[in-house]
Amino acid sequence: MIRFILLQNRQGKTRLAKYYIPLEESEKHKVEYEVHRLVVNRDPKFTNFVEFRTHKVIYRRYAGLFFSLCVDITDNELAYLESIHLFVEILDHFFSNVCELDLVFNFHKVYLILDEFILAGELQETSKRAIIERMGELEKQE
Amino acid sequence: MALSGMRGLSVFISDVRNCQNKEQERLRVDKELGNVRTRFKNEKGLTPYEKKKYVWKMLYIYMLGYDVDFGHMEAVSLISAPKYPEKQVGYIVTSCLLNENHDFLRLAINTVRNDIIGRNETFQCLALTLVGNIGGREFAESLAPDVQKLLISSSCRPLVRKKAALCLLRLFRKNPDVVNVDGWSDRMAQLLDERDFGVLTSSMSLLVALVASNHEAYWSCLPKCVKVLERLARNQDIPQEYTYYGIPSPWLQVKTMRSLQYFPTIEDPSTRRSLFEVLQRILMGTDVVKNVNKNNASHAVLFEALALVMHLDAEKEMMSQCVALLGKFIAVREPNIRYLGLENMTRMLMVTDVQDIIKRHQAQIITSLKDPDISIRRRALDLLYGMCDVSNAKDIVEELLQYLSTAEFVMREELSLKIAILAEKFAPDLSWYVDVILQLIDKAGDFVSDDIWFRVVQFVTNNEDLQPYAALKSREYLDKPAIHETMVKVSSYILGEYSHLLARRPGCSPKEIFSLIHEKLPTVSTSTIPILLSTYAKILMHTQPPDPELQNQILAIFRKYESCIDAEIQQRAVEYLELSKKGAALMDVLAEMPKFPERQSSLIKKAEDTEADTAEQSAIRLRTQQQTSNALAVTDQPSANGTPPVSHLGLVKVPSMANTDRNLADQGETEPDGTLTVVDPQPPSVPSPDVLGDLLGPLAIEGPQPAHNLSSGVGIAPNAEDALALAPIEEQTATVQPIGNIAERFQALVLKDSGILYEDPYIQIGTKAEWRAHHGRLILFLGNKNTAPLVSVQALILPPSHLRIELSLVPETIPPRAQVQCPLEVVNLRPSRDVAVLDFSYNFGVQLVNVKLRLPAILNKFIQPITISAEEFFPQWRSLSGPPLKLQEVVRGVRPMSLLEMTNLLNSLRLMVCPGLDPNANNLVASTTFYSDSTRAMLCLVRIETDPADRTQLRMTVASGDPTLTLELKEFIKEQLIIIPTAPTAAAPPVPQPTSPPPPVSDPGALLAGLL
Repeated sequence: MIRFILLQNRQGKTRLAKYYIPLEESEKHKVEYEVHRLVVNRDPKFTNFVEFRTHKVIYRRYAGLFFSLCVDITDNELAYLESIHLFVEILDHFFSNVCELDLVFNFHKVYLILDEFILAGELQETSKRAIIERMGELEKQE
Repeated sequence: MALSGMRGLSVFISDVRNCQNKEQERLRVDKELGNVRTRFKNEKGLTPYEKKKYVWKMLYIYMLGYDVDFGHMEAVSLISAPKYPEKQVGYIVTSCLLNENHDFLRLAINTVRNDIIGRNETFQCLALTLVGNIGGREFAESLAPDVQKLLISSSCRPLVRKKAALCLLRLFRKNPDVVNVDGWSDRMAQLLDERDFGVLTSSMSLLVALVASNHEAYWSCLPKCVKVLERLARNQDIPQEYTYYGIPSPWLQVKTMRSLQYFPTIEDPSTRRSLFEVLQRILMGTDVVKNVNKNNASHAVLFEALALVMHLDAEKEMMSQCVALLGKFIAVREPNIRYLGLENMTRMLMVTDVQDIIKRHQAQIITSLKDPDISIRRRALDLLYGMCDVSNAKDIVEELLQYLSTAEFVMREELSLKIAILAEKFAPDLSWYVDVILQLIDKAGDFVSDDIWFRVVQFVTNNEDLQPYAALKSREYLDKPAIHETMVKVSSYILGEYSHLLARRPGCSPKEIFSLIHEKLPTVSTSTIPILLSTYAKILMHTQPPDPELQNQILAIFRKYESCIDAEIQQRAVEYLELSKKGAALMDVLAEMPKFPERQSSLIKKAEDTEADTAEQSAIRLRTQQQTSNALAVTDQPSANGTPPVSHLGLVKVPSMANTDRNLADQGETEPDGTLTVVDPQPPSVPSPDVLGDLLGPLAIEGPQPAHNLSSGVGIAPNAEDALALAPIEEQTATVQPIGNIAERFQALVLKDSGILYEDPYIQIGTKAEWRAHHGRLILFLGNKNTAPLVSVQALILPPSHLRIELSLVPETIPPRAQVQCPLEVVNLRPSRDVAVLDFSYNFGVQLVNVKLRLPAILNKFIQPITISAEEFFPQWRSLSGPPLKLQEVVRGVRPMSLLEMTNLLNSLRLMVCPGLDPNANNLVASTTFYSDSTRAMLCLVRIETDPADRTQLRMTVASGDPTLTLELKEFIKEQLIIIPTAPTAAAPPVPQPTSPPPPVSDPGALLAGLL
């Protein structure tokens, strides 16, 4: 199961943080700091997996942004790695050619998309079309 | 840049972004927080739009890492807003700011429930999402039935139902009781027929959790999972939007295979066959492609398939395919695949006997230990640790020691522990063990926990042969200019006890040893000084005749520390000073430390204790536990209270010490350290009470246990004469548990020529055999797993009349950690399927262990497969006409297997299946040559006619030129076809047919019907 999802830039600014386990504020800050330190200096030629406490972080870098998922050590690494990419494709589609600024100014939309994609730390929907259509429905209601 | 639709929010975000430095940013944020706080205070003037805007701002500030300690109430209150835009913000911000432990959340339960049961679909979705993401126990108790209803409701859109599935999963994880198992399993099975892939994907995640906690209740889902997987793997009727780079939802495939791993076995032959076909297709059909995403997705599926194949314990052929694939993966350059190759190879070690094949890759794996990526190095370390055994321990430990010097700090402690454990478990000789541990302390003293040096002290104390060597080595290390404090501790301890054994060597006089150690005193911390004082006292005692000069020196030191501020040091100094005046009595008081009782290595325990924290318990772990508990069930042994029998990663070969664990706790109280009082009123050489506790504390050898497990072939007779003075009385009723199932081990050896025949916490008996015509040579490997010798070892062979067996001399004592080989010469006199029995016994401490083991010198070992052509076969077949040379029987109750599986089984029994000889494809014809003294070489022919409609019955015809041989061979094959070697029938629940789900457990009528 996904414990948390972090979207951070190279400087360590959090662009999105979603926790599926109950953590105290101070603990969240620590986690975000540690995960950033863990992934930011890794060589692009390294694996996309790195141990983090008793779990592991599956991460992928897109331009200056790091998408990190913290999952159980028994989870299927490549499946989660590709779910990151699927999420990025969805964002890309939604914002048509997504960049970091889109995510900054529309962080609330990103949370909405994420809630359609992942729930309770598990994948909910893997169809890009279904999610984009759903976002359209929601926007109409606003 | 897309617009956020809320001007105030965009302006604020821009402001923050334009700040030049952290200080400015903080000022801007503080200003905004002040603003928001004031606005929230006079809520009356706040429009819903403004409220929404401020709550978003709060979330943004929170995301930047600032503390937001107000406004929670406002966020929660938006949840009950009547309109969607405000409600949405309330739900989203609440689920980011709060977690299940916040009291504020309770305020919302009612509103959330109303939204869930209400008619507004969008509100339902919002509420389900909040509960799914942060719902806790209270939510579980009050909302689970409503969520369940939505999941199976036919009037809800898939949109709602997929959220309900995952929401229910969250609630189930928080409180497993809320998902009513009785009726729910049927519902789950129906959900697997779902057309919508979103609902199916979510439901499959739910199923994984449910099956992981109770697979019994969900057998009816198993065939459906196989169907789902088949459909995906064949890409049948998969909507385009659910393919990812052309691959039908890799995520659903992975989840489906994951759920299948929680069923202990698949017994229904047709389901099993379909599944194996799919898996075969995945194993063989996954190619490396250029597109990274496609490659990752297909390999995600492939690795899950590998895990499933390992779990199912597939046929040899498929397993070797897996090993071959993994062998390929660990050598590729692509780091992710290499990482996963290493990881899965480690997993494979835990489930099957592939050690020998994996060993071939040792060099490759060692290369990965030097990879620049720490993730890969960790996996390589795990694998090397897991694959280590007596044969390669020297090489592997050598590599690990080398790596220790360059490893990063975060890995050194784990690495040190692993080295210490491997050195202890697989030391070919004990002096090597001492060398390794001393090197370890020398290279990475900071990372060597106390446990490690305590353990080496235990070994040295328990093995007299080792003492002079250890003393000499310690002395050599002390000569080095700068040594780690731990080295000072261990070497002074050892020299205190045993330096007198070196006295005749140059440079080893008591005086020289003393000054060598004393040189270190100014450099050590207060925790080490007590050990040094004890060492001085021991040196003093060992110096006979007394050396006045040395005596004065040492006494002066004691006097100096008599007034030391540290209580421990002071007490020792005072006591040693007084004791030194006692003259001859000193010899008794400071006598050599008594041997340590044998017990589980605290190191191994430590390694086992590091348990992973996962949402669902790992399938492999569950499986190993099930296996262990099956083994316990056979011996009618209550499992240790609460603690599941452990079989940790890479520790598969470690004795299951669950009993010892329990007794550690029990005896901690009943066996105070005072047991040792007689020998040593105040153990002088021990630095602190903690250490005392560890070294001398609980005498956990084996505790009280019901001695009723004679049925398993292990009997214990109390042997009072041999009782150790220190042994607690209860020990005499203790029993020794075999590790693993003896019957299964034997069954494996029917098909192979080498393997483990028997294992318990003290001994491991392996066999290796070579067979040539009617002669055979079988070697028994008796391995003592302990640091103390096994004595009164006896091995008797009880041969059946048709075998002549000569056993070479079995030594009466097996030294600690040693393995002795005892060859057996076997001659087969005539055909018979009787089995020779090895009556084996030994003493360990007070325990006499006696086991009777069947020896794998059985009928099929004396046959040689031959291929035979149609021209040869048919005349022979016809010439052997009818009984008693040709016997036919209809066998029922056969273990269902496919033709391929049966062919493999016959081949591994050395009955060569000759394909194409029988025109009917459902029949198998096999030939072999049997050798015995009376019959010499004799051709045997076998024909098996199977019934494709009913795999549990078949007709078998066996023919040979000797009536006894025909009969015996027929009976032998029958036995092999009927037994189920991998799963004891008692433990394997029946697989219901896909059409008839199992009766609910609560229905006694149905249960009874099932039994009848």
